[in-house]
Amino acid sequence: MADDLDALLSRYLDAIREAADEAALEAIRVGALGKKGEISLKMRELGKMAADERQAAGARLNALKDEIDAALRARKAALADAALEARLAAEWLDVTLPARPRRTGTIHPVSQVMDEITAIFADMGFAVAEGPQVESDWFNFDALNIAPEHPARQEHDTFFMARDPADPRPPHVLRTHTSPVQIRAMQAQGAPIRVIAPGRVYRMDMDQTHTPMFHQVEGLAIGRDISMANLKWVLEEFCRSFFEVPDVELRFRASHFPFTEPSAEVDIRCSWEGGQLKIGQGNDWMEILGSGMVHPKVLAAAGVNPDEFQGFAFGMGIDRLAMLKYGIPDLRAFFESDLRWLKHYGFSALDLPTVFGGLSR
Amino acid sequence: MKFTLSWLKDHLETDASVEEIAAALTDLGLEVEEVVNPAAKLAPFTLARVVHAEQHPDADKLRVCRVETDEGEKQIVCGAPNARAGITVVLCKPGDYVPGIDVTLGVGKIRGVESHGMMASERELELSDEHDGIIELPSGKVGDRFVDWLAENRPDAVDPVIDIAITPNRPDALGVRGVARDLAARGLGRLKPLEITPVPGGFDSPIKVQIDDSLKQKGCPYFTGRLIRGVTNGESPDWLKARLTAIGLRPISALVDITNFFTYDLNRPLHVFDAGKVKGDLRIVPARGGEEFLALDGKTYTLRAGQMVICDDAGPESLAGVMGGELSGCTEDTTDVFLESAYWDPITIAATGRALKINSDARYRFERGVDPDFTLPGLELATQMVLDLCGGEASAVVSDGAVPDTGRAYRLDPARVQRLVGMEIPEATQRATLESLGFTLDGDMAHPPSWRPDVLGEADLVEEVARVASLTKLEGKPLARETVGVPGPILMPMQVRERIARRQIAALGYNECVTYSFIDAGAAAMFGGGAEATRLENPISSEMTHLRPDLLPGLLQAAARNQARGQGEMALFEVGPVFHGGEPGEQRLQAAGLLVGATAARDPWASRRGVDVFDAKADAEAVLAAVGAPARMQISRKLDGWWHPGRAGVMGLGPNRLAVFGEIHPRVLRDLGLKGPAVAFSIWLENVPFPKTKTPTRPALVLSDLQAVERDFAFVVDAGVEASVLVNAAQGADKALIERVSVFDVFAGEKAEAQMGAGKKSVALAVRLQPRATTLTDKEIEAVCAKVVEKVGKASGAVLRG
Repeated sequence: MADDLDALLSRYLDAIREAADEAALEAIRVGALGKKGEISLKMRELGKMAADERQAAGARLNALKDEIDAALRARKAALADAALEARLAAEWLDVTLPARPRRTGTIHPVSQVMDEITAIFADMGFAVAEGPQVESDWFNFDALNIAPEHPARQEHDTFFMARDPADPRPPHVLRTHTSPVQIRAMQAQGAPIRVIAPGRVYRMDMDQTHTPMFHQVEGLAIGRDISMANLKWVLEEFCRSFFEVPDVELRFRASHFPFTEPSAEVDIRCSWEGGQLKIGQGNDWMEILGSGMVHPKVLAAAGVNPDEFQGFAFGMGIDRLAMLKYGIPDLRAFFESDLRWLKHYGFSALDLPTVFGGLSR
Repeated sequence: MKFTLSWLKDHLETDASVEEIAAALTDLGLEVEEVVNPAAKLAPFTLARVVHAEQHPDADKLRVCRVETDEGEKQIVCGAPNARAGITVVLCKPGDYVPGIDVTLGVGKIRGVESHGMMASERELELSDEHDGIIELPSGKVGDRFVDWLAENRPDAVDPVIDIAITPNRPDALGVRGVARDLAARGLGRLKPLEITPVPGGFDSPIKVQIDDSLKQKGCPYFTGRLIRGVTNGESPDWLKARLTAIGLRPISALVDITNFFTYDLNRPLHVFDAGKVKGDLRIVPARGGEEFLALDGKTYTLRAGQMVICDDAGPESLAGVMGGELSGCTEDTTDVFLESAYWDPITIAATGRALKINSDARYRFERGVDPDFTLPGLELATQMVLDLCGGEASAVVSDGAVPDTGRAYRLDPARVQRLVGMEIPEATQRATLESLGFTLDGDMAHPPSWRPDVLGEADLVEEVARVASLTKLEGKPLARETVGVPGPILMPMQVRERIARRQIAALGYNECVTYSFIDAGAAAMFGGGAEATRLENPISSEMTHLRPDLLPGLLQAAARNQARGQGEMALFEVGPVFHGGEPGEQRLQAAGLLVGATAARDPWASRRGVDVFDAKADAEAVLAAVGAPARMQISRKLDGWWHPGRAGVMGLGPNRLAVFGEIHPRVLRDLGLKGPAVAFSIWLENVPFPKTKTPTRPALVLSDLQAVERDFAFVVDAGVEASVLVNAAQGADKALIERVSVFDVFAGEKAEAQMGAGKKSVALAVRLQPRATTLTDKEIEAVCAKVVEKVGKASGAVLRG
């Protein structure tokens, strides 16, 4: 019997090795281990044997059965692996083909720089104030100590709105600066106050370096003891943070704005080497903004008592700051919406400037 | 405002260099725009002497000279007729750049003879047009620098010209003396005294003056003048011509040059009438209106009633303080002149000048304010100069009115400088500064000088002290926070919303544009704007005449420009103000996005298709969700004319319009020159309601363990019925049980009509039921489904598809 079983095993193992697919394997399994399979039949015959004979034969039969079962399983797994290999080979793709398209949007440099400025001044406790772009001449000029016939008013290159001849009021203007927001903000919330006011402003000027619309940010800080020295510190901190340099040097130069007294134009130390601007080093000075201590008449016009309160104001060009920081050469291109320009100079939607994460990447 | 260094030194005794002076001026608030130093281009040239000159062997007109120079004797070939032994000349050596001929010299060979440099003529050094021969100097040693010789003997030729920008508050600095006064106050020298000696009148002026009563209070408070007879109006002397030429003025005749000189030297504009052409007396009167006036600029102006003029018996002879008249102007033949020095009211001058669009030196100065006290002294000084340069005899002064009283005083609080500026300046220094600027101190009261109309309060005193002390020295001082601890948010909810909208739209793949707030009339009208109230009175171009009523025209025009540059697919957006009127505040905040062309470039995945209304709708919904709009809104078709009437919708809450999405009307595309397809969305950010209460806490999440059941329905309905009618009806069938209804298929068009009948379409809905308490039985599910069919049928006429 032992020889019979060895032959049997050998025959099944050969058959399993040669089975080409799962169906052939199943046929072998049924032929050997199925209810009427060869091995199963032999197991049934065990009952007819004597007890001692049965024990020996039973053990050998079970071993035979386990061996065939294991061979079946192994062959099945090998067949599955081969099939998978074949499928994977057939599934080859040219992954150098382009990806499915996804549009990428951008944020305009003006918006980005406004957010940068806001982040810095928010950290210094300044809120963001707003005002209308069509202004009465009172807010744009008179309240800011620019008298109707004063030459300073003519220097503003103002856009006037059409005025119905039956309307006796002086024509409204497109605000020539963000300074009227000073008045509106102080009227609304009084003093002390710390605000910045970024936004569009308009001047009748169009050439290589001027556009009839541009952006300014106004700063205003009014308190009981806010001095020009505080102004200088705030601007130094702003410039250092905005231009992302370890140190800046500012130079205050006496100047004149009707709404501040004393007034100063502010230059920043820089170098221009090979057309490359570097802030904070070098031997050149570049004018970046106008500033001063808010004129007592302006405080009074805005309903703030000039005997009790004092403080500073400044105004600077947002587009210009963007040009200086990001090396954008031409102001006019800001407003031309050339897609190539927008994509090149624009910022990612997720690049929200913060003080904690840095203003730019 | 231009002047030369030597002119400045007429008023300022100083050893300061031009560089020191320029730096101080800028720091004082008199910003230097340019310094032109003619000495720079003459720096290399030295003096030399011709030792020997002989005829060139091969050229009749050339001489070969031996020239003694600082580098030994040199041979130079020269063509000048005056080249001869013994003269002192100006030498240009090989390597030097000669400005007048624009050549850098080398060692040359002229007709076979070597020449080591050249001897220059005046024209070759741009000193004058003189070119008849080389310069012969009457003095000087071999080797001396030519610029030093010029400084000594012809200072005008190397006089640096300084150009400064004058802010409108500093009329006093429109005269060289005012500039000198600031520099003296800064400590850069001493202001020289200005001697004023009245010129005695030899006779009574036959021309009298009279100011109309209506102008004495405002207009012309004070007028002085006098006749000078027997003058010769020839050329001015060289020094005067050099001064005027250096600052860009053309010398005309002595009388005209004198008035120009006083304008720039002492900020005292004058006028001279040819007395022979004046008929009767001079009267300062308001124009009646309609008079024609031929001004010195050769143009005829029609006067408006009230404009101030100086008239004689024949009519207006001068636009007071703005421009003189051609008819009574001086010529070479003038022998008798009437010299005018008046104080004109700045506002009146500004109004007249602006109305007539005349920009003259006189207007520029009078409207900023000249020194009223200097009216008569100016006349005296000018009289003396006329007598000196033109001869003649002066009459007694005639005048009307009086010097207006500009006397005022403000308290000098020395602590205020510290408080306002943050600089420590000793009281004595503060007082000395003000005094050097011409203020009179009386105890702690400071009286501004008559030439400083800008000083109008205590803060102005601080400004004067601070700017003279130099703001450059100001040290920054930290500005303490107003509150202790972590600062709170500073943006208003609307400002936050604007930023979220902007970054959400960019995240959806749109490129942000910033377009002009003003557009052309046609585009404005196309988008519901163009009203008179939104028109600019003085637009800078015909493309920018009206405030924009909407962001879309600007974006569409930008897209058209990009198309012209060959860009096919575009996603542009803008967030900004639009205007529905011309009053302050008649503006709204809009966010608009525009998709043009295809969704993508061509690719192997057939991704490319034309953009359509549902792209725009998806983006509008994403932005609305980002800014906190409710999930469910009504969609209506109350569309403005620039939308496709059948392919656009308005998203709203009752009458409140939040957004519009859809195709742009083909007629608009045609008129703006844009090739479609073009779809857009437009969101009124301010119309999106804010939550009634603001809390960071979210509502609790309710999850059911019970299995949800989804049932599909295919309805046949009239093709014109909107899907939302079916969805809303189905939703209403059982509000508690039905969690969601969605459209998953629409079958419409010819094939559908062939199957379901003319004018019909099929809409397939998936209805999801979420049991809350117990699992639903088949019976319960059937009951809800039947109710859905019934409700939908009732609302829309739809029947289940068989």
